[in-house]
Amino acid sequence: MESLLLRSGAWFGVALLALFAFAQTTETAFAVHMAMVGSAALLVMWIGLAKTDYLAVLNGLIKAPVDQSKYDDDLLRWGVILITFWGCVGFLVGVVIASQLAFPLLNLHFEFTTFGRLRPLHTSAVIFAFGGTALITTSFYIVQRTCRARLAFPGLARFVFWGYQFFILLAATGYLMGVTQGKEYAEPEWYVDLWLTIVWVAYLAVFVGTIVKRTEPHIYVANWFLLSFIITIAMLHVVNNLALPISPFSAKSYSLFAGVQSAMTQWWYGHNAVGFFLTAGFLGMMYYFVPKQAERPVYSYRLSIIHFWSVIFLYIWAGPHHLHYTALPDWAQTLGMVFSVMLWMPSWGGMINGLMTLNGAWDKIRTDPIIRMMVMAVAFYGMSTFEGPMMSIKAVNSLSHYTDWTIGHVHSGALGWNGMITFAAVYYMAPRLWNRERLYSLRMVNWHFWLSTIGIVLYASSMWVAGIMQGLMWREYGEDGYLVYAFAEVVKAMHPYYLIRATGGLLYLSGGFIMAYNIAMTIAGKALRQEAPMTETPYDAAQDRPIVAAAAVAE
Amino acid sequence: MANIFSDHKKLERNVSLLGVFALIVVTIGGIVEIAPLFWLDSTIEKVKGVRPYTPLELVGRNIYIREGCYNCHSQMIRPFRDEVERYGHYSLAAESMYDHPFQWGSKRTGPDLARVGGRYSDEWHVQHLKDPRSVVPESIMPPYAFLTERELETDEIQKDLIANQRVGVPYSQKDIDSAEADLLAQADPDANAADLLARYPKAQARDFDGNPKKLTEMDALVAYLQMLGTLVDFQSAEAQEQAR
Repeated sequence: MESLLLRSGAWFGVALLALFAFAQTTETAFAVHMAMVGSAALLVMWIGLAKTDYLAVLNGLIKAPVDQSKYDDDLLRWGVILITFWGCVGFLVGVVIASQLAFPLLNLHFEFTTFGRLRPLHTSAVIFAFGGTALITTSFYIVQRTCRARLAFPGLARFVFWGYQFFILLAATGYLMGVTQGKEYAEPEWYVDLWLTIVWVAYLAVFVGTIVKRTEPHIYVANWFLLSFIITIAMLHVVNNLALPISPFSAKSYSLFAGVQSAMTQWWYGHNAVGFFLTAGFLGMMYYFVPKQAERPVYSYRLSIIHFWSVIFLYIWAGPHHLHYTALPDWAQTLGMVFSVMLWMPSWGGMINGLMTLNGAWDKIRTDPIIRMMVMAVAFYGMSTFEGPMMSIKAVNSLSHYTDWTIGHVHSGALGWNGMITFAAVYYMAPRLWNRERLYSLRMVNWHFWLSTIGIVLYASSMWVAGIMQGLMWREYGEDGYLVYAFAEVVKAMHPYYLIRATGGLLYLSGGFIMAYNIAMTIAGKALRQEAPMTETPYDAAQDRPIVAAAAVAE
Repeated sequence: MANIFSDHKKLERNVSLLGVFALIVVTIGGIVEIAPLFWLDSTIEKVKGVRPYTPLELVGRNIYIREGCYNCHSQMIRPFRDEVERYGHYSLAAESMYDHPFQWGSKRTGPDLARVGGRYSDEWHVQHLKDPRSVVPESIMPPYAFLTERELETDEIQKDLIANQRVGVPYSQKDIDSAEADLLAQADPDANAADLLARYPKAQARDFDGNPKKLTEMDALVAYLQMLGTLVDFQSAEAQEQAR
């Protein structure tokens, strides 16, 4: 009873503070956010009070004990639903902004629907909402099962999960209202950053707490990656977002760093959002779900040790390759380039460890569409981690930087690696979390696989052509010694490629919708879809007989 | 080798050890690459002419950030012949030394803006921002007509300057005290801007959006665009061969 009072009091306090800030501020966007904070705090308080069994409290009974013989999976069911939801939202906004680049009329003359405000919405919806929810959900799934222990601090785990969702809501609504720090992938303002910091520290506590509770002597390799991801993201997030708000009642803040230092800190953060959020965390997923689905052990234990330590050591250095030939000192650019090229090897170590895990189970690529997705994901991981080091070579970068090639590169990693491995994990977890025999439809997984793959191919190839073309047209000189193309002519030349890109995105999005339907039907759990199995070798009774000469039949 | 792998078992069985090791390993790169930038003098060579933004330019810059212009426009000219001919002298570190945060950008869906100041007239900018395709038919830029309607919020400008001063921008007490007056004076063609110009050399004071009766967000954004890259005089120090 006391803890309930304390908790309700704390949330009520938060609501009061938000109300005070709401009354004090002169900015509309900040007022909207404070109203959201206040309502959320009241909602959490109300849920806490409404869910309490007062009769039991009065009778001196404690809460009904939870079933300790099962994993703490309630949150993860929400997780699977929200991963699917945020995925579709993120892809949809992506298709919208891709179409805006082909048809600028789609900016619609509203300030809220301009490309400048929707682009951060797209990147954050995909990276932080879709990817982040996937990481939190799968890490809670993996850490319980590889430690053979229930989640430590179940209340805190709920705070982490829903607190992170609230961070997404604040960030997303902020972008639409123009609340941004103006740093790519670190757009949320100071108060949203503070909230995420609190949530993230709680995340670390739940994750490490569960590992401490483990009943297995060793910490499984997936958890090394997940742990380093949580720790490093905390460091990057805090340092890069150091900023001074102009007042406690204003959304506006100014970064502590300026110019060169600001650029270097931002890309140290930005590249390692890729390196740790989108790589280390997702490698954790790979190390659990690929062996599970393939029913084979991880290929090499030693390779996983080498590639773990070298990946996390080298990745941190790669940031300056986003700043080649800028006003960043040359020594830093060169360091960034050298380490980026070195990063190729440990990245491929991870790819090899993932792919070779299928040793002896390669036939499953033909029969199991989930394995097929995983293999494609790891293959795309390999391709993008080759393309990345290549683009970080200064000579290549002088052509590729500022062009759509970079956009294509990011998407072959994000759609191919992060998307595919997440879809596979969702397909793996859903039937298990809802106790279903299997997914509603495996044929639909197959459709999802091909729609996504064709979508990525269209996306990446059109952006290669567009990017290289841009780079070459910008620098093209005529015989008279003058630049050949005006900037606007290069913009015009991009139109067909932007159309192809939007088509690719549309295919990928439709794959997402098929997944949403498949997961929804799996959850509903009425019946499995009537469909030809993926694995059956056809049997034709008419053919299963000896050949008899026609004359013999007549006799 | 075998020893390393058997020693690794210690890390694998102790989560605090594993966490601390991982943290040490991931901090090294950042320390080596970022920390020296704060104390190596050669990082930002001193350049004559660079000054903090005037209040109006600063508000304009905040609108530039709010609208996410950095998603499509860079402000960093690289030292290549084609870029220098297309956009002007390559960017110097000092030119963004008062930018909290930097806006160098990473993508050129539209052209670089590091030296866009003075290249086009105010009228062109206003028309282009209101309806980009009316002046550049190939453009795919979103329209920003709402900026001409929206009155500029000026009541927080002093706090903006104070916050900038606290993070290291050398605004004087006079600058802060007269922040709002400076802001109004720069956009008002009838005001006396002598005091403003004395403290902010090369500042341009006039009505920017073509509507002198109203101070709009368009005024601030155009004022910011028109000063970009105009502070440093590259003509007087043009590179040339030393005659012997």
